[in-house]
Amino acid sequence: MDIALQQLVNGLTVGAFYALVALGYTMVYGIIRLINFAQGDLYTVGAFLSLSLLSLLAGLTTHNAMLATLLGLLGAMALTAILGVVIYRVAYRPLLGSRLSILISAIGASLTLEYSLYLIYSPSYVVYPSPFGTGGPPLGDIVVSWIQMVIFVVSLLLMAALYTLVHRTKLGLAMRALAINQDAARLMGINVDRVIAATFAIGAGLAAFGGVTTGLYYGQISFLMGFLAGLKAFTAAVLGGIGNIPGAMLGGFIVGIVESIATGYISGRWKDVITFGVLIFILVVRPRGLLGEQVVERM
Amino acid sequence: MTNALHHAARLRLGAAVAVGIAALALPLVANAYVVDVATLICLYVMLGLGLNIVVGYAGLLDLGYAAFFAIGAYTTAIMMVRYHQPYWATIPVAALLTTASGVVIGTPTLRLRSDYLAIVTLGFGEIVRITATNLDYTGGPDGVWGIPRPAIGTWVLSSGTSLYYLGLAMAAGVLVIAYNVAHSRLGRAWLAIREDEVAARAAGVNTVVFKLKAYMMGALLGGIGGSFFAVKLTAVDPTSFTFVQSVNILMVVVLGGMGSLPGVVLGAAVIVGLPEVLRAFQTVRVLAFGLGLIIMMLLRPQGLWPSSTGEVARETPVVPPGRRQPLGPREEGVP
Repeated sequence: MDIALQQLVNGLTVGAFYALVALGYTMVYGIIRLINFAQGDLYTVGAFLSLSLLSLLAGLTTHNAMLATLLGLLGAMALTAILGVVIYRVAYRPLLGSRLSILISAIGASLTLEYSLYLIYSPSYVVYPSPFGTGGPPLGDIVVSWIQMVIFVVSLLLMAALYTLVHRTKLGLAMRALAINQDAARLMGINVDRVIAATFAIGAGLAAFGGVTTGLYYGQISFLMGFLAGLKAFTAAVLGGIGNIPGAMLGGFIVGIVESIATGYISGRWKDVITFGVLIFILVVRPRGLLGEQVVERM
Repeated sequence: MTNALHHAARLRLGAAVAVGIAALALPLVANAYVVDVATLICLYVMLGLGLNIVVGYAGLLDLGYAAFFAIGAYTTAIMMVRYHQPYWATIPVAALLTTASGVVIGTPTLRLRSDYLAIVTLGFGEIVRITATNLDYTGGPDGVWGIPRPAIGTWVLSSGTSLYYLGLAMAAGVLVIAYNVAHSRLGRAWLAIREDEVAARAAGVNTVVFKLKAYMMGALLGGIGGSFFAVKLTAVDPTSFTFVQSVNILMVVVLGGMGSLPGVVLGAAVIVGLPEVLRAFQTVRVLAFGLGLIIMMLLRPQGLWPSSTGEVARETPVVPPGRRQPLGPREEGVP
């Protein structure tokens, strides 16, 4: 029983990362029907950017490790958001008319980001400093670290904020309008290009938050970590129903929990096979996902 | 119009014959290193032609093509090393197994939206690679090594030149298969699906069945390529079948021109040859691939040597029966 509970806690933490990345996938897909392969790599880019910012801050005056981490996090989120928009403008916008071309371009963007990090930083794992340590509150046999609790709570707050943004603001209204009918939205005076760019920025910023906290949680990051994380986040987005924001959150937590339980009860070596098996199974049995609506191939 | 077409066809035929003669004569003039690179090009021609059927003809984006390549390579490796079968007996088994796995993964997924299919194939590719890494039967992370060279009677094809000719013969065989399939009823159905799936269905094409056939055909050719890979390298291990490998093969197709046979050959030559020429830049190879994909899509999405089939179909004006004059632009708007 303790194992199950412990894996549940770990699963919720990992699930939070997947959910954060999945939100970017689902929002971009909902609006321009593109699987943004670079989404997982933006998560990695966020982690590495915050590492660079941390060493930059260390050279300045800050002695407060907590403050430096926070500044590194916010800076990385902002920079990654800008990068997300740049990728959209350069690699996707000119190809919006052609589905196959834009998808191949997205794969190109993903490889470009991965191997830029490979060349700039390191081909192997990089240590990520964490001011939180590994301690946590005493909870009997179950180990929960402070950083796990921070990740879980802040992720939920971010998701709530995103939900509010999409359902209570003018920008969110424009996004939802675009998702339904782009031409009609344009006729209503919505600046389509700007709304798409904002979607990319928000998705990239959330992914960066996931990347930075991944570094804090595991204590190490690698240039390729976004590949698998991205694939699983996409699984999460599909599981929840692509285009559906609460669905992405739900899907992320489910994928995280399934993966931890597979690790705890079967073997860590097979966890990825199980996750992808779940993905294929869901796509075949219920392609619209748990909370999604029927999507038509041609609109 | 007709004259121009004939002229183009004659040009293409001439180019094909010239390339064929050059390929046959290559070992006479080139050193062992060049022959080795040329053998690799033959391998990528096979793989590219297989993926071209899936992506280029049927328009299904497959991001896990390395899985079929892997299944073919492992089949040959295990049969030859564990069960001491001759190489020639392993090729049909490899082809059969990859075709069967194409059916297994294709049947439930080909009804999906096209971009979901890309993700499913990606997941399938990862499943195959991780399984090969985890199972003892496939040799785990070390893979299978000590694969014997193929032999005809007592003659063992161990020299680089003989392996090159084997690769060339197999690539030529695959090219002939691909050409014939492309110009058959099957090939026309695939083109119809690629250009407009709804219209194809309305015209009576059973799109799911034809997509599955494309998938099986692509898997089969990938299995043959994998089979050759095993005897060429004499060792297979899971690191040869990563996502980057799938992208490599996709690059061959995209660079050459989706749906174009000479394009695939050209694409394979560039993708294998260029990194060899630029050995100093080995570390930036994948980065260059990534940027290359984006730039290619932005500047020349149709590839270096695009297929003429689509173009001709689009450019040929509809001539109603009884009319010999093609419709000119001035007649636009006339009902």
